[in-house]
Amino acid sequence: MTVDGRWVGAPVPRKEDEALLTGRARFIDDMEPVPGIRHVALLRSPHAHAEILSIDVSKAASRPGVYGVLTGADIAAATRPIPSAVRVPIDYYPMAAGKVRYAGEPVALVAAEDRYVAEDALELIEVDYRPLPPVIDLKAAMKDDSPLLHEAVGSNVAHYRTFRYGDPDKAFVEADRVVRLDWTFPRYSSTPVETYGAIAQFEPAPDRYTIWSNFQGPFILHALMRDALKVPGNRLRLITAPHSGGSFGIKQGMFPYLVLLAAASRLLGMPLKWIEDRLEHLVGSSSASNREDAVEAAFRDDGILTGLRFFNTVDVGAYIRAPEPASVYRMHSASNGAYGVSNISVENRLVTTNRLPIGLNRGYGGPQFFFALERAMEAGARALGIDIAEIRRRNFIPKDAFPYRAPAGSLYDAGDYEAGLDKALDLAGYAALRDERVRAREEGRLFGIGMAAAVEPSGSNMAYVTLAQTPEERARAGGRSGGLGTCTISIDPSGSVTVKTVSTPAGQGHATVAAQIVADALGLTPDDIDVVTEVDTLTSAWSLASGNYANRFSSVVIDAIGDAARRVADKVRAIAAEDLEVAVEDIELADGGARIVGVPEKSFPFRRVAAKTHWHPAGLPEGMAPGVFETAIVSPLELGPPDDRDRVASAVTFGFICDLAAVEIDPGTGKVEVKTYVSVHDVGNVLNPLIVEGQIVGGFAHGVGGALLEEMVYDADGNPLSGTLADYLCVTAPEMPRLIIGHVGTPSPHTALGSKGMGDGCSMLAPVAIANAVADALGREDIDPPFTLNKVWELVAEGGGAG
Amino acid sequence: MKPVSFEYCRADTLDEALDLVAEFGSDAAVLAGGMSLGPILNMRLARPAAVVDVNPVEDLSGIRLLDDSLETGALCRQADALDSALAGDAVPLLAEALPFVGHFQTRNRGTLGGSVCHADPSAEIPLALATVGGDVILRRRGGMRAVAANDFFEGIFTTVREPDELVTALRWPRRKPETGYAFDEIAQRHGDFAIGAAAAVATVASDGSVSAVSLGLGGIEDRPALADLSGFVGAPATARTALEAAALAADRADPMEDPRASAAYRRQITRVLGARVLERAFERAGARQC
Repeated sequence: MTVDGRWVGAPVPRKEDEALLTGRARFIDDMEPVPGIRHVALLRSPHAHAEILSIDVSKAASRPGVYGVLTGADIAAATRPIPSAVRVPIDYYPMAAGKVRYAGEPVALVAAEDRYVAEDALELIEVDYRPLPPVIDLKAAMKDDSPLLHEAVGSNVAHYRTFRYGDPDKAFVEADRVVRLDWTFPRYSSTPVETYGAIAQFEPAPDRYTIWSNFQGPFILHALMRDALKVPGNRLRLITAPHSGGSFGIKQGMFPYLVLLAAASRLLGMPLKWIEDRLEHLVGSSSASNREDAVEAAFRDDGILTGLRFFNTVDVGAYIRAPEPASVYRMHSASNGAYGVSNISVENRLVTTNRLPIGLNRGYGGPQFFFALERAMEAGARALGIDIAEIRRRNFIPKDAFPYRAPAGSLYDAGDYEAGLDKALDLAGYAALRDERVRAREEGRLFGIGMAAAVEPSGSNMAYVTLAQTPEERARAGGRSGGLGTCTISIDPSGSVTVKTVSTPAGQGHATVAAQIVADALGLTPDDIDVVTEVDTLTSAWSLASGNYANRFSSVVIDAIGDAARRVADKVRAIAAEDLEVAVEDIELADGGARIVGVPEKSFPFRRVAAKTHWHPAGLPEGMAPGVFETAIVSPLELGPPDDRDRVASAVTFGFICDLAAVEIDPGTGKVEVKTYVSVHDVGNVLNPLIVEGQIVGGFAHGVGGALLEEMVYDADGNPLSGTLADYLCVTAPEMPRLIIGHVGTPSPHTALGSKGMGDGCSMLAPVAIANAVADALGREDIDPPFTLNKVWELVAEGGGAG
Repeated sequence: MKPVSFEYCRADTLDEALDLVAEFGSDAAVLAGGMSLGPILNMRLARPAAVVDVNPVEDLSGIRLLDDSLETGALCRQADALDSALAGDAVPLLAEALPFVGHFQTRNRGTLGGSVCHADPSAEIPLALATVGGDVILRRRGGMRAVAANDFFEGIFTTVREPDELVTALRWPRRKPETGYAFDEIAQRHGDFAIGAAAAVATVASDGSVSAVSLGLGGIEDRPALADLSGFVGAPATARTALEAAALAADRADPMEDPRASAAYRRQITRVLGARVLERAFERAGARQC
């Protein structure tokens, strides 16, 4: 099973899967940590925008089996608004107080003996609403005469900032060719199998909140929650469930519900449990933003990209929920993508509308950013008559330029983008595909080829979101930087090893990879090592960046695991060295023992040596502390604060992805068939090829959904039209095109194992690669995903077509 | 997503089932496979006083060959009908339609009769039954009637079934000589509610002309709709006739509109699917003459 004697890099089957596949994995809904739990159902607004004139809960409260009913006013009186990095007067409470701002916003909470009774009681609550004009159209929302969501802000544009790097104006004046594209990017989501769920308990004297949930982090949000609940950090204890049934970012957006449940538990004096159902999830959890973006790209005649202007208009929904506006800043310091262009301007507008607030969704800002950049590259190629692969080749950052400082501050660690491109062209049979396109067009068929290339930032700098503030505002707020990873490894008196990663996986396989790393360090097997991945903020070593997002496991957390494992190994080797009367350098940990290098028969079992730290402290080498409980905390050195010119190294590692799609469109039905899809990845050193493949396929599925199917549709009145899984269409197995995967690995110098983060993957590129192929097939650039049947048929019927 | 409180009534015999629907009338929801009723209950779109579970009633199961028809019990599972060589041979249109019904997991539970009673306009089984000219068998205490499928469906989720009646069986006319059958549909994903579906039955004379033709459309209007193609009797059974007939059906259709598809798109796929199934039915009818 090992490769070259090491577990890291080997296709170790996932430790997690047996429990998952046999139904024995425990999720939040399986937990009953305290007695007397009551069950919560939430009354949600049927209006997108309305004033709450009155709420009468008396009938609901007197229904048998009901233990309490609370309104938004009750919660607002007991909490503070939840802040964000945007300093505008938006009071965001987890339950609407005074006014509802999206259909699905909670307005009242019922606690009852079970969920059935709680839902019965919801029907007895009488709310008198005065409907207000809904703000749904993003462009109309920005006009001066638009109705306002938040009157105190004075505008629906809640955030506006511009950025300049290099001299974009000069680049555009001197350009041989400028292309401009405008488009609408759809709002879509994550749709994990398991929805949000939480249990909250308040205990007085001292006041302490404990919340069990499937929250995924980032735990920087813990600070906002305890602020809203008005307690110090050690009085808000967050515990995550042993397993989480998928997240893809969306379980970040549950934190206001945690505040709500915690406050309600205090007000009602009982532990409360809420398991979000699918209907609630689709109208009341979170999603990526829909956007009305534009891009301008300046090219020289030879295809060299000399300037970029991004015009980003982000629909944040009804409130700016932290960590927003991060979605528009996540990619910001890599605004050049994989290219050497240095003149860039960015204009960011965040607009509030009567839609569900946005949040993390796989790729977080990446699908939208690369849609702009990679559509522009391809439109530029067509305008200049240059092949779509060739134009990218000419613009790629060359492999000898790494480490590469991007214009907006990112430090790209390693890469060989041209090799990735070549591999993609080879795997796709690019020349044959182009011949196929010629043949197809001769036959009048709609056949197109599209590409896309991306850098994949991983391991976020907690400070990047402060780009939403001006340098002066940042200076006033005090310094921010870093993104800590933590790990604790302990050895109990039996000599067995437990690793705590505090990484809240939602199916990624962290336990498997952590065990591989520790097994290599300690000369054990992954089966010898137990891994605990959940967080308990009272007992775990954790920090702001803890959690599971931004591909941080294989870019940051593994270094903490490696550091902790090294310390444990050093201790065990030192004990064995003294017992075997050799120098510590002569001891190796291998095959379950501590032994003298070259003299394998001179060996002690690992467990015995490790257990000695508990059983016989007096027999340890002089000065050695007893026990083994090693906590490593790492903060990648690259992650400094933003400078006064808004440059910041936003991530630790930068992977690379190159995708190629070929599609054929049925003009009769508008069906887009993905005939070929190739994706080549640079994930640095591969830690576990099985997990890497699974991640790539999953990211691809998410991206295909965004390209072809998924959209959270609202009508003009703000009613959600995608409120069931019969209306919100995510990708299922039959819709998955065949995916051909290739690898070009350049080891990262920023991680000890040379790996890079890689979980976002094709979720960032499949929308634009498929869009580029559709544009090529239809012979037009004015196309907006998702490419659903009716929409594509209309595009075909309008005319055009490249044939 | 929890249903309202209701009484669960299990019927072990047909008589018990008939008594229960007579007792509760329109306050009863009949539970067959539950693949549609389950979500409807959980979303509180249905608020019955009683759920009458007819699953234990053996009289409602089975597939039987009658003189000129195939009878499927109302509780016949879609998967069992799909696996049945008897059904596949006697009613080829049903066999071709069933793989489009939901997913294999839901077909294991979902029933033919349940789908017909539910009367979703885009459902495949009602469309197939209407297109082949089948009957719905209904029983009440002390009575029984057969209603032509074409008359059974009244609109979205609406049928002529009276509250005290139970659908007990479906009767499917058996395959006819010189006749071809074809079914196809378009959905955004496999297993989704069809945006549009089409079913064709065509009989072709020895001279290659059309002697009888039916084209049924699903998901286009508020119930399975049969296009009047009587003008094409006598026309050559060719791809061109198929195209012309489908175009006529599309022109005459009165398509629904929803967020998934415009009326224009539904008209378009009526044209595409109609031509596709008619041409296929013509070919198959011709092949059966050899």
